[in-house]
Amino acid sequence: MSDRATREAFGETLTELVDEGHDVVAVDADLSKSTTTAKFAAAHPDRFFNVGIAEQNMIDTAAGLAVSGKIAFTGSFAVFATGRAYDQVRNTVCYSKLDVKLAPTHSGVTVGPDGGSHQMLEDIALMRVLPGMRVLVPADYHAAKGAIRVAATTPGPFYIRLGRACVPQVYEKGFEFEIGKANVVREGSDVTLAACGLMVSQALEAARILDGEGVSAEVVDVATIKPLDAEKISASASKTGAVVACEEHSIIGGLGSAVAEVLGEMSPVPLRRIGVRDAFGTSGAPSELLTYFGLTVEDIAGAARDAIAAKAR
Amino acid sequence: MAALNLSVVESKAARMRLDIVEMIAEAGSGHPGGSLSAADIVATLYFGGVLRHDPTNPKWAERDYFVLSKGHAAPVLYAALAEAGYFGRDHLKTLRKLGSILQGHPDSKKTPGVEVSTGSLGQGLSVANGIALGLRLDKSAARVYCLVGDGELQEGQVWEAAMFAAHHCLDNLTAIVDYNGLQIDGACKDVIDLGEVEEKFRAFGWRVIEADGHDPVELHASFGQAAETEGVPTVLVCRTVKGKGVSFMENVADWHGKATNAEETTKALGELALAVAKGESAQ
Repeated sequence: MSDRATREAFGETLTELVDEGHDVVAVDADLSKSTTTAKFAAAHPDRFFNVGIAEQNMIDTAAGLAVSGKIAFTGSFAVFATGRAYDQVRNTVCYSKLDVKLAPTHSGVTVGPDGGSHQMLEDIALMRVLPGMRVLVPADYHAAKGAIRVAATTPGPFYIRLGRACVPQVYEKGFEFEIGKANVVREGSDVTLAACGLMVSQALEAARILDGEGVSAEVVDVATIKPLDAEKISASASKTGAVVACEEHSIIGGLGSAVAEVLGEMSPVPLRRIGVRDAFGTSGAPSELLTYFGLTVEDIAGAARDAIAAKAR
Repeated sequence: MAALNLSVVESKAARMRLDIVEMIAEAGSGHPGGSLSAADIVATLYFGGVLRHDPTNPKWAERDYFVLSKGHAAPVLYAALAEAGYFGRDHLKTLRKLGSILQGHPDSKKTPGVEVSTGSLGQGLSVANGIALGLRLDKSAARVYCLVGDGELQEGQVWEAAMFAAHHCLDNLTAIVDYNGLQIDGACKDVIDLGEVEEKFRAFGWRVIEADGHDPVELHASFGQAAETEGVPTVLVCRTVKGKGVSFMENVADWHGKATNAEETTKALGELALAVAKGESAQ
């Protein structure tokens, strides 16, 4: 099991796609080393465009490349690509359903020492609400590669949420990412742990702890937040009777909200949400921040016990 | 670039002005001032031999691209596209109505011939840059034209794009500034002074050509010079009159974004019909 960051998949997968004949280009905003698009730039310099520190221009330049027929990926950090350039993503990319694939890195609190200004905790919410936007949150490096590949070969806008920190391996090499499919990565019967991104491996670890207590936890990787696999989430919830949503994101508007919407409409069961509770991030080591914001394995296990207890009420 | 037939452009521009006022009056809302100021520029592009395009095949692979960054001037684009035959003229009276292919601001998914959806100002030049890069990557000889408003230059992103275009030597891009001097809240110089527009573009590394935005001969020659320019992008800074062609609208900021009432419509259409008749007799 090798720990790698999801961002490591970015530049190298784009390179592979061009080598395989896909008409892929990339635009970044002076962060190509951090996002790893620099690797792509080194391999295909004619297909990489650096706009400098100008994220709005980055999104719309990619939009123009898409208008001319290219499959355009954009980099930068999640906070800038979705926040600073929101109007460009909304009015130019999504409004015209262009082949622009946002794959910014440095989402969530595990950005670490850079602090709250750089730890994006609202991006899933911002992207999820845009008509036609597909939102993918890969759980590990192999899932990230699969997500980038499927976004490149599927028409229309995508948001792929990548991270800075190394995360444990969940999937095997060559994992094929299916848009709109939630993956049951561990079966169980007492509680459903619905997670995305690095919280999938956290949830799997929590499931092992719960197993030691005689609690059978099902772990569902909700790798696509939109379109959401409502059927599978609802089916798992109906089976276990309790759900914990786990995300490295605000509890407002992200995975927890999406799961609550499904449960509310399809199969109401007790729900607990693990996520950042209406706060900005802060400086610290990634592992310290996961503890500080209540995103640890033990937090998930505790929420699971709580949700199970609520079943009886 | 094809030769200019002046009487054709003048005739088309006159017809487009009539259509602009008529469709906005029918819609009950819209932006006549900036549509009328840009009519001669857009007519020269579409009917003066500048844009290579095929109304029967809007997605023709070798076409030039036109990006209307000042999207609120949609009526001038719709008038040109209808006149060119991208869609039937009967659509013009559906402007801004439910189910229409002619949205309040340009929508590339709904209107044949509209390349880019615009309306949120300041974005078109960045998109035009991206198209220009894509064309260059494909070794295409096609060009990109992008019309921006003068008030729109207050959007910071325009200057991000200006810096980028010069850095990447996008000589297949021609920007056009519709410099009518007015914006919704009044004169640009009173709202936020644009300063020396030509000097600003020069400082950003562009070739700047100043042109009378209502003179097709000068516009055509300027587009020709831009097309022959190598190594740098070119901008045509075009002095125009907001509301051009309708006596009571000319140079009045209040006509930026409102439709005429019945009386005003009659008066405006009367003036514009005279221009259309004049254009037809000249042909």
